[in-house]
Amino acid sequence: MGRYIIRRLLWSIVVIVAVTLFSFLIFYVLPSTDPAAAFAGKQQTAELKAEVRKNLGLDKSKPVQYLTFVKTLVVGDKYGWPGFNKSFNTRDGIHDELFRRLNVTLQLAIGALVIWLIMGVLIGVLSALKRRTKWDRAAMGFALLGISTPVFFLGLVSLFVFWFKLKIAPGTGFVHFSDNPGQWFTHLLMPWIVLALLFAAVYARIVRGSMLEVMGEDYIRTARAKGVPERQVITRHMLRASITPVVTLAGIDFAVLLSSAVVTESVFNIPGMGAYVLQAVNNQDLGVVMAVTVLAAFFVTLASLLVDILYAFLDPRVRYT
Amino acid sequence: MSDALLEVRDLSVRFDTPDGVVKAVDGLSFTVGRGESLGVVGESGSGKSVTFMAIMGLLNRAYTDIEGEVLFKGDDLLTLPQSDLRAIRGEGIGMVFQDPMTSLHPLYRVGAQIVEAIRAHREVPKTEAWKEAVEILRLVGIPSPEERVRSYPHELSGGMRQRVMIAMGLVLKPDLLIADEPTTALDVTVQAQILDLIEALKQELNIGVVLISHSLGVIADVCQRVMVMYAGRAVELGSRDEVFLNPVHPYTWGLLESIPQGGAQSHRLIPIEGSPPSLITPPAGCRFHPRCPHRFEPCDVERPALADRGSGHLDACLMTSEAKAAAWAGRQARRNAVPA
Repeated sequence: MGRYIIRRLLWSIVVIVAVTLFSFLIFYVLPSTDPAAAFAGKQQTAELKAEVRKNLGLDKSKPVQYLTFVKTLVVGDKYGWPGFNKSFNTRDGIHDELFRRLNVTLQLAIGALVIWLIMGVLIGVLSALKRRTKWDRAAMGFALLGISTPVFFLGLVSLFVFWFKLKIAPGTGFVHFSDNPGQWFTHLLMPWIVLALLFAAVYARIVRGSMLEVMGEDYIRTARAKGVPERQVITRHMLRASITPVVTLAGIDFAVLLSSAVVTESVFNIPGMGAYVLQAVNNQDLGVVMAVTVLAAFFVTLASLLVDILYAFLDPRVRYT
Repeated sequence: MSDALLEVRDLSVRFDTPDGVVKAVDGLSFTVGRGESLGVVGESGSGKSVTFMAIMGLLNRAYTDIEGEVLFKGDDLLTLPQSDLRAIRGEGIGMVFQDPMTSLHPLYRVGAQIVEAIRAHREVPKTEAWKEAVEILRLVGIPSPEERVRSYPHELSGGMRQRVMIAMGLVLKPDLLIADEPTTALDVTVQAQILDLIEALKQELNIGVVLISHSLGVIADVCQRVMVMYAGRAVELGSRDEVFLNPVHPYTWGLLESIPQGGAQSHRLIPIEGSPPSLITPPAGCRFHPRCPHRFEPCDVERPALADRGSGHLDACLMTSEAKAAAWAGRQARRNAVPA
């Protein structure tokens, strides 16, 4: 197990390096536009653009730019470790802003994760137990709705209904927990639910399918035959066996969500990573784009490693060598 | 009949399927006494397993229509409330299933699974239940049970897993043990060990045993009484010697002729022609008649009841005793005449 983890960690580094290389190629080498043009002001002269290019570090050769990026990342810069250098836009260090925004997105994502796991598992289990009844159909209808409704639509509609019309929701924006816990919760509640609905729908279907498969297993019959109460048969035997794929999926989905909650963050005006990267792309702020990409790659590789390790604990048949 | 532990009267099981109603068990009656072992034999699909699943209440009643009476120590299991039935499962009737690989939960230690069975019925502390689990594993002949109790099913061999299954079926000292093909998935050597084990435990605990198998050899090894099933009905029921030495039903003959025998008595294997009937539209009359070489006038219309027809044990064949004796003698002569 120890050797396995070390090998996986080394691989994670390879993956992250590959991600930096490809994103550098995509953002710095391939585009035909010149980022310097965006920052040289209205009356651009060749000298001014050259000046800007020099300031942004874009005057050096591409390989040197890339290696500088990697070096800063590894050894850090004056803003902290890992180093992401300065934003083209604000001329300020990316590091602090990035982690501030990561903090916000984490709060959004964790809340959503909790809600979607509870909802997904509950709906999936009930649906499987009551299969082919109206409950099952209603639950799966909800799942279909959740899967097929775009988040921006769901977000806007819920804002319209609960904030604009019913006036029971506090509207958009984000309040820090330390400032006002109550406001923090009410401001995050709707984004949590909107974000969770999509995943809950997918998870409900997975749990249902997995449960139905497990329900037909011989060991469920064995459990009943030894007189185990039905509740316990459902929780300890069926659910325990069908939860493994859910855990695997949840880890990766969560990591991906950290950098891809763009729509939710935009709709609810939450200053998270997604909103940050969206802004950066609009402003050709390549440094920020790279930083978010690397951080996202890190979380995804980390999550897949954690999930694999967790898997060995969930299923004793899995042994890594 | 007063010493009967389990008494099944006129049990019928029907499944609703999209293709029609499957009449899996049709008017089955038999008893099992304390300290007695009943062997139930028949082809796949003859209703052996379904019968006992129905008795244990393990069939989904939403899709299954069960009729008749199943008296266990006087209680009708078919009308008992779920909670009472649950109390009987495991504690009154223990069950051992066919495939120990899939019948044990793959994610729990075998000890935990035995402990769960104990604690489903008795309020004992966990540590005590674990000690009990170790003891029962020792009883079924698992070496170093203190360590094995902490194993997961996949870490054990097939034979060991089957011993664990038997341990789990016996840990609450039930009055009746139902073993559904307990040796089918095992090597022949391990098979013999498991059968000996069941026999020894039966003697030691004085329990009733039902052994379900498609193999007459297995049944002949351990069972005092034998019930032969065909297409959801019992066709012959008697003591082991009666059924094996003096079989009176053509289907039993067919089964006996298809067992390989080593040594001087070796002969050709004679398969039973045809295949088991559809249970959605079973043949009228005797269900075996389309495959029976001895069929005559009323076989395709008259349903033969299971009764003593002059042989001293029960069978369901319309032939007269004399005709049966002649037919069986003829079949044996023909079989022995053909060089192996």
